This record gives sequence, structure tokens and C-alpha cells, in this order.
Amino acid sequence: MSGPPQHDHPDVVLCPGGPVLVRGAHTVQDADGQVHEVRRPVVALCRCAKSARLPFCDGTHKLLPEGARP
Amino acid sequence: MILPKPRGELSAALFEALRSVPERTPPLPQFADDAADAALSLWVLHELSYRGFEDVDDEAEWDLVALGVRRTLERELEQRLRDRWPGNPAGGYDPDELLAFVEADDGPSLSSYIQKKATREETLELLRQRSVYHLKEADPSAWTVPRLPVRAQAALVELQFDEYGDGDPNRLHSHLFARGLDAEGLRSERGAYIDEATPETLEMNNAMSLFGLHRRLRGAAMGHLAAFEASSSLPSRKMAQGLERLGFNDQLVGYYTEHVEADAVHEQLAARDICGTLAEDDPGQADGIWFGAFTCLDLEARFARSMFERWGSQE
Ligand code: FES
Repeated sequence: MSGPPQHDHPDVVLCPGGPVLVRGAHTVQDADGQVHEVRRPVVALCRCAKSARLPFCDGTHKLLPEGARP
Repeated sequence: MILPKPRGELSAALFEALRSVPERTPPLPQFADDAADAALSLWVLHELSYRGFEDVDDEAEWDLVALGVRRTLERELEQRLRDRWPGNPAGGYDPDELLAFVEADDGPSLSSYIQKKATREETLELLRQRSVYHLKEADPSAWTVPRLPVRAQAALVELQFDEYGDGDPNRLHSHLFARGLDAEGLRSERGAYIDEATPETLEMNNAMSLFGLHRRLRGAAMGHLAAFEASSSLPSRKMAQGLERLGFNDQLVGYYTEHVEADAVHEQLAARDICGTLAEDDPGQADGIWFGAFTCLDLEARFARSMFERWGSQE
């Protein structure tokens, strides 16, 4: 008999072809060293480097051809 | 909000009856005059479960005559929606397939039109139509919270927490939109523009309430949410650019830029953590998820076509 399960709940999740989700971050430093405040519980960081709102994902990865996605 | 103007025999008799609650409600006509009469009647009946109306007693939400009409109209709506649905394209449910399905959607795009071509008047008209939903944004999905298995429940609340401002009332999405409307000199109270809501706008809102209010349709509610979020971040950017081009105020522009980043997160949460775990833990809901997702895109396409028709545009 097993009781109610313990579920996986990772803080960092790589989404296939898309961003990386980060839970519980308060600040994110971008590639230029600039620090951005995070106000939501989960944030999506861009992995394709094509976002117009770097370091955050803005959905631009969806416009890339299949092979060029992260 | 007070009851809107009736649009036919059914809505006229229904609103009369609602005003008479808690007195005995008279029997109501069996049929609506047309789509607008039916859709407005159902919108009002659902609204009784959200914030209600100043000129209707709160008892009316559970009045048996009102519930009878609501159920008939809901059955007709659900049948109409199901008749348009081609069925589960994949068998089961896979988040990447859902995201690909939304990406492949080539329905007419209102946001591209606003971004590049729309006049200020057309944009204002679109905002008034959208206000019917945006002023109660996220509320229809909130009904589903107690109806989900553990993992999907945690994920939905994680998403909704952001919709509702992460604890800050000023960042609550429907409130951001209200402030944007107000700064533009538009009315910002709930239901402010219901009298000009088109049948397509009403049907879109009614479908969300139908999915939210029926536990049986929990899969459809979450599938709708996933498709809605997944078709939001890129269009929100175009909306923001269009509003900037037309000189709209920063708050309204800010409402859309907020959605660019928020919905890039939400689409992943909705497709994977909510719908993905729901389909695993409650497998009977997989078809419902697809039904809801299809319905979301289909209603948006019908709405977009109706607006382009009004504007005499060839988009
Ligand atoms: S990963 Fe989404 S925009 Fe780059």
C-alpha cells in the first residue's frame, strides 16, 4: 500500500523548443550584466536568444523553424 | 451593473422575471428570437454566478425557472460547439501536440490588423468588445480549481495567482485593463459595453462560463485556457505596438506588454503542468481538453471574421 504520492516539482524546467521556466526567482541578471526584477512566481527565460524582451521569453521561439529552436 | 437592454422576446421576459425574484417567477417563452437573444439571455444567467446585477435579487442565481432556461440555452450552446469540433486529432493528450496545434492555427488575426492598419475608431470598438471578457479576466477558469486532481490544481493556482496580480491588487489583470480603459476615457465597470457586445462576443464569453461552471466540462475549461494562453503572447505584442502607433495611453499598452511575458509562462504551465497532468490523472478528460482548445481558437476566428466584416476589411 502506498499513501498519497510525493510529486516531482522542480524549480527549473526546460521546455522542449521553448524557454526555461524558473520558480521562485526574485532577480535575473541578463548577458549584459543588467539585473531585472521578477514579480511573478514562475518566470520564462529565453533560450533561443531571439526574444525582444531578453532575458525573458516573449514567444518569439514559435516563429523559428523547427531546427532552430532550443 | 444593471440588467442590459433585452434583445428579443426571451431576454425581455427573462429580465422581467429576474427582476421579480424572490416573488414567483412567471413561466418563460420556450425559444429565443435569434442568436443574439439567446446569447444575451445566457450571458445574464451566467453573470448571476459572478457579480450579479443591482436590479436583481441575489436569490435569482438559484431560481428554478431561471435555472431551467439556463440549462436549455447551455445545452444548445454545447451542441453548437460540439457540432463544429472535428474531434481529438491525436488520441490521448500531448502538450507539445497542443502547442503545435495552436501554432498551426491560421485563423484571421485581429492583432496583426491592429498592429499595422486599424484606425483609432476600429481599435476602440475592439477594446469595447474585448472588455466583456478582460474586465473579468481569469474568473471563468477559477471555477475549475476545486474540480481538479492534485497536480493540476496546484498548477492552475500557480497560474491564476499571476492572473490575479501576485497578491498586488494593482497588478490584477482585469484591474490593469480597467485602469487602461479609464485612462482612455472609456467606461471601466464590468459589463459596461454589454449592450454593444456582438453575438460572437457573447458566445465566446458564454462558452468560457459554460466550461467553468460545469464540473463535467473541466477538461474543456483547461483546454480552452491552454489554447487561450498559447495564442496570446505574440498577439499581445502586436496589440501593444498597434496601440502605441495610434497613441493610446501607457496603461493600456502596459496591459498588453504584461501579457507578452506573463503568457509566455502561462502557456507552458497550462499546456504541460495543468492539461498534461490532468490527462494523466483523469484520463477521461483528454478529449475534453482538445474540445476546449479547438473551441477557443474557433470562437476567436469567428469573432475576428465578424469584426473584419463590420469594418468592411478584406483580411
Ligand atoms: S525561448 Fe521564447 S522567445 Fe526565446
